[in-house]
Amino acid sequence: MKCRACREPAVIDIRRHNANFCREHFLRLCRDQVAKAVKEFDMLRPGERVLVAVSGGKDSLALWDLLLELGYEADGLYLGLGIGDYSDESGTYARAFAASRGARLIEVDLREEYGYDVPTGARAARRAPCSACGLSKRHLFDKAAIDGGYDAVATGHNLDDEAAVLFGNVLHWHDEYLARQLPVLAARDGFPRKVKPLVRLGEREMAAYCVLRGIEYQVEECPMAEGNRHLHYKEALNQIEARSPGAKHDFYFGFLARASERFRDGIAEEQGALLSCERCGAPTPSEVCAFCRLVEKAAGAQPVTIGRRGAHR
Amino acid sequence: MKVLLRNPRRTVEVSGPATVNVVLDRLDIHRESVIVVRGDELVPGDTMLAADDEIEVRPVISGGALDREVPS
Ligand code: SF4
Ligand SMILES: [Zn+2]
Ligand SMILES: [Zn+2]
Repeated sequence: MKCRACREPAVIDIRRHNANFCREHFLRLCRDQVAKAVKEFDMLRPGERVLVAVSGGKDSLALWDLLLELGYEADGLYLGLGIGDYSDESGTYARAFAASRGARLIEVDLREEYGYDVPTGARAARRAPCSACGLSKRHLFDKAAIDGGYDAVATGHNLDDEAAVLFGNVLHWHDEYLARQLPVLAARDGFPRKVKPLVRLGEREMAAYCVLRGIEYQVEECPMAEGNRHLHYKEALNQIEARSPGAKHDFYFGFLARASERFRDGIAEEQGALLSCERCGAPTPSEVCAFCRLVEKAAGAQPVTIGRRGAHR
Repeated sequence: MKVLLRNPRRTVEVSGPATVNVVLDRLDIHRESVIVVRGDELVPGDTMLAADDEIEVRPVISGGALDREVPS
């Protein structure tokens, strides 16, 4: 196996590109794909400050590294979700990466600052863990970005993630989600701009990127992720991809280029009527935002234990 | 050779020498859904592994909720 660019021994094959790459040319490809996505969708301008949503997994750490490599002023934000050992370990990877790059990592611990963790909050609010978790993340990333004066929040959603979500949204014709499934969401009153610079890269490439850059990351799955339907969508798409390399790329980018626009009529009106939360000031359609209601319900709830050593020691 | 698998973490023994692709086929693991790591290096599919090699087969598909704001 030889590198397409230099004919030296290759370290990875990418069937979608019908090519193999050596370390140097693969890393260059990753940087180029991020730069291309950023430019194509006007995600970031030179000199803008970005807040990277860091989980300690491969995608978010690779994203942070790539943005720093491309010269962006990128800080990280890590949320302590309190999901047992999984969270403790994830935090150490985020901190180790920040220290190795001399980058700034902001940390917010749910239990310390808001009195709950994801397993406990989910049970108290009778929500699925991922729903309580997603709500907390959205709220706290938005808040940190606005408070810190960042121009955008960047998340590590890659091509496989976006294709799987699109597949689910099309399968069930969730048109309101289809309208908002974009690599960039512009800032609007109270919400920061959201960008997904990894949309041109697959998840295998992100794992390979981390190994080649010496980035240690959380390999284990979140224990709350079990039975997730997106995993089945990914498996289905991977079977299609195996027979027809490039199918995921065509599916997602074809949607953006040719179909996405048609779903967007609905969102303008839905966005019209936002109030500001009575308690925290965040934009919300009701008087008290969903995050503040979650915090309220979780207050004083019996902690739910998870992980080998348990969430609370 | 010793093969470390993840999620959950466990070790299996595979006879060698064999190429990475042959090892993955024997374990019935799809090539596109993993990367293979030896020490701290990435080993491509056509690499010949020795009988006493130790490798890690790392899944790359994250299953976490995708309405989540931060993918793994
Ligand atoms: S899998 Fe669910 S609970 Fe776990 S980190 Fe992701 S969104 Fe949160
Ligand atoms: Zn090369
Ligand atoms: Zn609020």
